[in-house]
Amino acid sequence: MTANTHIEVKDLNVHYGAVHALKNIHVSIPNCQITAVIGPSGCGKSTLLRSFNRMLDTMDDVRVTGGVLVDGENIFATNADVPRLRRKMGLLSQRPFPLPMSIYDNVAYGPRIHGIGRRSDLDRTVEKYLRMANMWDEVRDRLHEPAARLSIGQQQRLCLARGLAVEPEIILADEPTSALDPISSRHIEHQFRELKADYTLVIVTHILRQARRLADYVLFMYLGELIEHGPAAELFENPREDLTKDYIKGTIS
Amino acid sequence: MDRDSIRKGLDRWGRCGMVIAAVLCILLLLLMVLGLLWKSWPILESHSLAGLFLSSVWKPHGGQFGFLAFIVGSLCITGVAVLLAMPVSLLTTIYLSEYAGRRIRAVMSPLIDLLAGIPSVVYGVWGVLVVVPLVKDFLAPLFGRFSSGYCVLSAGVVLAIMILPIIIHVGTDVLKSVPQGLREASLSLGANRWETVKHVVLRRAAPGLLAANVLGVSRAFGETMAVLMVAGNVAVIPKSAFDPAYPLPALIANNYGEMMSIPQYDSALMLAALMLFVVVLGFNLLSRWVFARMELHISG
Amino acid sequence: MRKKIEEIAAKILMIGATVVVAGMVVLILGTVLWRGLPALSWEMISQTPSGGYYLGKGGGILNAIVGSLLVAGGATLLSLSLALPVALCLNVYFKTRSRLAGCVRASLDVLWGVPSIVYGAFGFALMLWLGLRASLLGGIITVALMILPIMIRAMDEVIHMVPREMLEASDALGATRWEGAWKVILRQALPGLASAALIAFGRGVGDAASVLFTAGFSDRIPMSLAEPAATLPLAIFFQLGTPFPEVQQRGYAAALILTAIVLAASALARLVSHRAGRYVIR
Repeated sequence: MTANTHIEVKDLNVHYGAVHALKNIHVSIPNCQITAVIGPSGCGKSTLLRSFNRMLDTMDDVRVTGGVLVDGENIFATNADVPRLRRKMGLLSQRPFPLPMSIYDNVAYGPRIHGIGRRSDLDRTVEKYLRMANMWDEVRDRLHEPAARLSIGQQQRLCLARGLAVEPEIILADEPTSALDPISSRHIEHQFRELKADYTLVIVTHILRQARRLADYVLFMYLGELIEHGPAAELFENPREDLTKDYIKGTIS
Repeated sequence: MDRDSIRKGLDRWGRCGMVIAAVLCILLLLLMVLGLLWKSWPILESHSLAGLFLSSVWKPHGGQFGFLAFIVGSLCITGVAVLLAMPVSLLTTIYLSEYAGRRIRAVMSPLIDLLAGIPSVVYGVWGVLVVVPLVKDFLAPLFGRFSSGYCVLSAGVVLAIMILPIIIHVGTDVLKSVPQGLREASLSLGANRWETVKHVVLRRAAPGLLAANVLGVSRAFGETMAVLMVAGNVAVIPKSAFDPAYPLPALIANNYGEMMSIPQYDSALMLAALMLFVVVLGFNLLSRWVFARMELHISG
Repeated sequence: MRKKIEEIAAKILMIGATVVVAGMVVLILGTVLWRGLPALSWEMISQTPSGGYYLGKGGGILNAIVGSLLVAGGATLLSLSLALPVALCLNVYFKTRSRLAGCVRASLDVLWGVPSIVYGAFGFALMLWLGLRASLLGGIITVALMILPIMIRAMDEVIHMVPREMLEASDALGATRWEGAWKVILRQALPGLASAALIAFGRGVGDAASVLFTAGFSDRIPMSLAEPAATLPLAIFFQLGTPFPEVQQRGYAAALILTAIVLAASALARLVSHRAGRYVIR
């Protein structure tokens, strides 16, 4: 483990029933950088991401071997405190799923659960993270309106604010812009670039150009295997593997 | 204790409580069987099975409890109900899922819900007001018979209407499960709509539609109030559809007042309830087994 | 040519059957309205029976209306207190293909099919065992058992419609499943859950066979859980059973009142589920 490793994946294997979804994944994800996981659909990118915060637990017939170490702690250990682990990681899914409550309550949901009770503290927290998600000015006058009334791009930024509000160290994003229009996507990407000063970001994307725009470090996966990983510039300019070359050139997708 | 351990404790104990509540639902079913069995045990112990099920002598004061007339009464009424309901409900189901446009479906669906929502005692009132006079003054004379109107046929008609909604409802779900591709394949081969329905859709859906009817039968078999009000309730095996009958549910409902004053009467009535339970359970499991084999998810 | 004729014949039969079904609804509701409306009076709705009501003397069936509402309302609340946790549990704590959850659902389906007279008999045995007499409480317990499977399966379906991702979003924020269930799923499913409870209430109000042995009957409005309570379906049944035409007339009017209550509950259920709550995500 090098000094700036945040998440270390060790011989991770995941089976869904008879399907071997992740095969011997072994990789270190660097601290305070944007790591992009790329590869054709069905290659296991999302599964890898979902193993980081143990979201795999909720699915049927899942078997996991190996380990994922976050800050040196194995999250698959039997005595792991799953809610606390998940709190360390914000998750942004493909489609925004705001909770069925007001804009304010969406952001306050996590802090409330984790023990902030005073109204003035909550007000400050909500404002801080809405600002961080760059949407405070748009919603400051309608904080108590249902979140469902926001546009889909705003909803995704709200989900980002909601995730940030539990004070995670890591942000996991599973194709976070795939349901958004180009302008909203730009907003989110811009946000990510600002966030990497303080957070480790892992982004699953099937958009190569997005990976080029954002990533500092890149993982290329194919059919459940990690084919190649390395700093973005290196991997995009001089891929070692033929599969990676083909994928980057667009011959396989 | 810190906040997180309280939260986790709440989650763990809450989960425990909820799972126990869920398991209670399974236990309720078992408890029901055991409770009914326990209460009807005295009579099962003191009478032979033949004396109970193959005799039609019903003399509670003399300690004779022959259920045959009631069993036959129930079977006759249910039989008439299904014979009447089956064709109407099947034709309606097919029409609504294969032919009718959105407009007609939008009208029919609440109407069928309405039919399902009417309380059974109201069906009884309607039976008394409409079906009984109709049978007495019109249908029976038509066949050259005399009838008071309170008879197997009246009860069957009322029941038939009561089980229409459930058969149509479940049948529609069954037809919905037939893949659209099959219909398209048949139509593209030049078959017309009816041929497609007859040869492709119905063939595929037949077990499910049958099971929908079985579900209707089980509903009919246990229906009490409406039948009680129009069946006539004479403890004799009916000889024709115009004769009165005394189905099992009506037997239970009619005698609750006296059952504590005559020895073993309560036990006999609990046995009647147990019989209903077992028969309905059997029909239910049968139809659900068919749905499970067809990989259908049906509730109701 | 034969093909054409066959299709037309089949179509005529099918349309005929559909018209018959629709006609039945109109016929039944029409009959109840036509026979019940003339006998309906303010006195019937607003007064309890005076002595000799069932012989044709004055008074009304307020006792039965209130009794039915109390029995069905109490049963709905009692049933709700078990149904809500079970329905949430089935979808939140159990995995989607859990054996136990399958077992619970199958039991509920079977319980759903059990005739209400069997619930009545079972409830009666249960009351004997508990040392209860026919009373409001007895009726509430029995009806609660009867509507329990209806309510849970309806709620189960409603909660099943909530996107899985919503629960995951709550998980990802470090919430426990308990918190996700009560703070997120409950809010999202609320209109549907209310509608399920109303449907169960309607079933409870209209059912006679389950309260026959368990709730008793009384001319007074029950003042405590231990007193017997009259119910509308039984009041209708008894009024029709008398030989006096004017009492039977009032029975028709009572049938009209019962139908109106049940239909109002189901209409309200539809309304509630369609006009979803303010915060529900669609």
